[in-house]
Amino acid sequence: MNFKGKKITLHDMCLRDGMHPKRHQISVEQMIDIACALDDAGVPLIEVTHGDGLGGASVNYGFPAATDEAYLDAVIPKLKQAKVSALLLPGIGTVDHLKMAADMGVGTIRVATHCTEADVSEQHIGMARQMGLDTVGFLMMAHMISAEELLQQALLMESYGANCIYCTDSAGYMLPHEVSARISLLRANLKPETELGFHGHHNLALGVANSMAAVEAGANRIDGSAAGLGAGAGNTPLEVFAAVLDRMEADTGVDIFKLMAVAEEKIIPIMDHLVRVDRDSLVLGYAGVYSSFLLFAKRAGAKYGVPSQDILLEMAKRKAIGGQEDLIEDVAMQLARAKAG
Amino acid sequence: MSQKLRAAIIGPGNIGTDLLMKAMRSDWIEPVWMVGIEESEGIKRARDFGMKVSTNGVDGLVPHMKEDNIQIVFDATSAYVHAENSRKVTEQGAIMIDLTPAAIGPYCIPPVNLHQLLQEGRKENVNMVTCGGQATIPMVAAVSRVQPVDYGEIVATVASKSVGPGTRKNIDEFTRTTAGAIEQIGGAKKGKAIIIVNPAEPPLIMRDTVHCLTASEPDQDKILASIHAMVADVQQYVPGYQLTNDPVFDGNRVTIFLQVEGLGDFLPNYSGNLDIMTAAALRTAEMYAEKGAL
Repeated sequence: MNFKGKKITLHDMCLRDGMHPKRHQISVEQMIDIACALDDAGVPLIEVTHGDGLGGASVNYGFPAATDEAYLDAVIPKLKQAKVSALLLPGIGTVDHLKMAADMGVGTIRVATHCTEADVSEQHIGMARQMGLDTVGFLMMAHMISAEELLQQALLMESYGANCIYCTDSAGYMLPHEVSARISLLRANLKPETELGFHGHHNLALGVANSMAAVEAGANRIDGSAAGLGAGAGNTPLEVFAAVLDRMEADTGVDIFKLMAVAEEKIIPIMDHLVRVDRDSLVLGYAGVYSSFLLFAKRAGAKYGVPSQDILLEMAKRKAIGGQEDLIEDVAMQLARAKAG
Repeated sequence: MSQKLRAAIIGPGNIGTDLLMKAMRSDWIEPVWMVGIEESEGIKRARDFGMKVSTNGVDGLVPHMKEDNIQIVFDATSAYVHAENSRKVTEQGAIMIDLTPAAIGPYCIPPVNLHQLLQEGRKENVNMVTCGGQATIPMVAAVSRVQPVDYGEIVATVASKSVGPGTRKNIDEFTRTTAGAIEQIGGAKKGKAIIIVNPAEPPLIMRDTVHCLTASEPDQDKILASIHAMVADVQQYVPGYQLTNDPVFDGNRVTIFLQVEGLGDFLPNYSGNLDIMTAAALRTAEMYAEKGAL
């Protein structure tokens, strides 16, 4: 594995994916503070919004401390070099949200669909590209299908205008060789100018190893989160991955000591619980469950007297995908009834 | 019983065919024409059912509407072409029942506002909102008829196989139209709609979650009674419409969990989302026929 001189774009998630473990309650002031520190550490790209992306504010996913518009409006003007990205899940957010984000100065739009449903993203990817934005197709829960099937979906997104395609391990389920197989096949078959990215979750503690496998197989954008603040056991801890890349003499442009300081001094202190591999998040990774289900399962488990890991396993059995948080309470009640019955 | 109303269906795809099969059983509606834009499996099926067919779009139907006494037309195509279809058939004096999310005409969710629409007299065009809207807005209305609802939110989870290319190309139309109807017909001050397309095999039966935030503390007994009455109303035309759990009351939040299993006419049972559209559209046409509101 030789990354010497390799240019890799690190993309921080703590102000978007990190909203999940914070129940979307990161304040505008905290966002500004953290984003400025990441900017100062040389992180080139920072994602900001509700954890479920633009328009995620809802009973179903949680109402945030501030609107997407307020977060973006507060953070973007403060940054010296970093650019801001926003996530959009068709079915939750719409092109109206996309236009708002672009007006606020967002430079990168990431349009996310379940890995088999790329064709719901045509209008959003098309519009983002038309607006001249850096446009990413983000294929979630990519462990659920084969590399060949993933390629077909990636080709669709590329044809709609995406200039970068992500293999997204939303459940933190993938093993390094599975990441390699997917990224290599995408690299061999997408246009050479189409960038590739990998988004990991640390549920099996493989965030760093999987990201290394992705880079080796041809990805040049890697998502991570300072101190790993993200859904489930968190995202790939960005300062750890940056340190690994530094030792491998890759070119990230990031000051690893400043990034370590962000993680240690700004992120850890705001955590509501220590984001790490525990039984529930390990179950997510082991069974292939969408990482954001974690806190919903814990709450429903407590409310209905059902073990939260049982709820998560039932979600896996029902092949629930990203966004189906509403099924968790339903399942918890059904399990409670079965237990009583 | 008076003579049946004669009808045409535009769009010989899955939805149009399912609607045709339901309409053939109707006491009030007699399907006569199926309209497509080319020879297709759907046109062939319609011909086998004894329908007259056009493979030349609505233009192939229009010259025959008067002589065939076509008084009602269902559009099961897409929002993009609906306006033009509607203009052409309403010029011939027919009423248009719109199964696309184009929403030119007033929204219709049968158990909620069909009676009111009928009382208002003849409409040229009635819109059936969206599949998610048909499944969930009755529940929003069941709460809002008891007490004011500040916010109504629905999450529709549908099988990937039941979502056609038209919906996929313009999924925003689904969220926008459904949210609008949650407010206008459901009676929530503010509406939000979310759709999840799940590819699981075997395909999952449509399920929906409805969250209402009431303005004041929810009157649980009245709301429960209202929900159960509304479920029974919907079951009259979609027998597989049911609650999967008791509604949850949590502060001012009322959450209702539903499953919609289709009749399995042409569409498979899991696609309750499509079944509830065709059943609601036919129900609407039948009521217009029954009340002679044409």
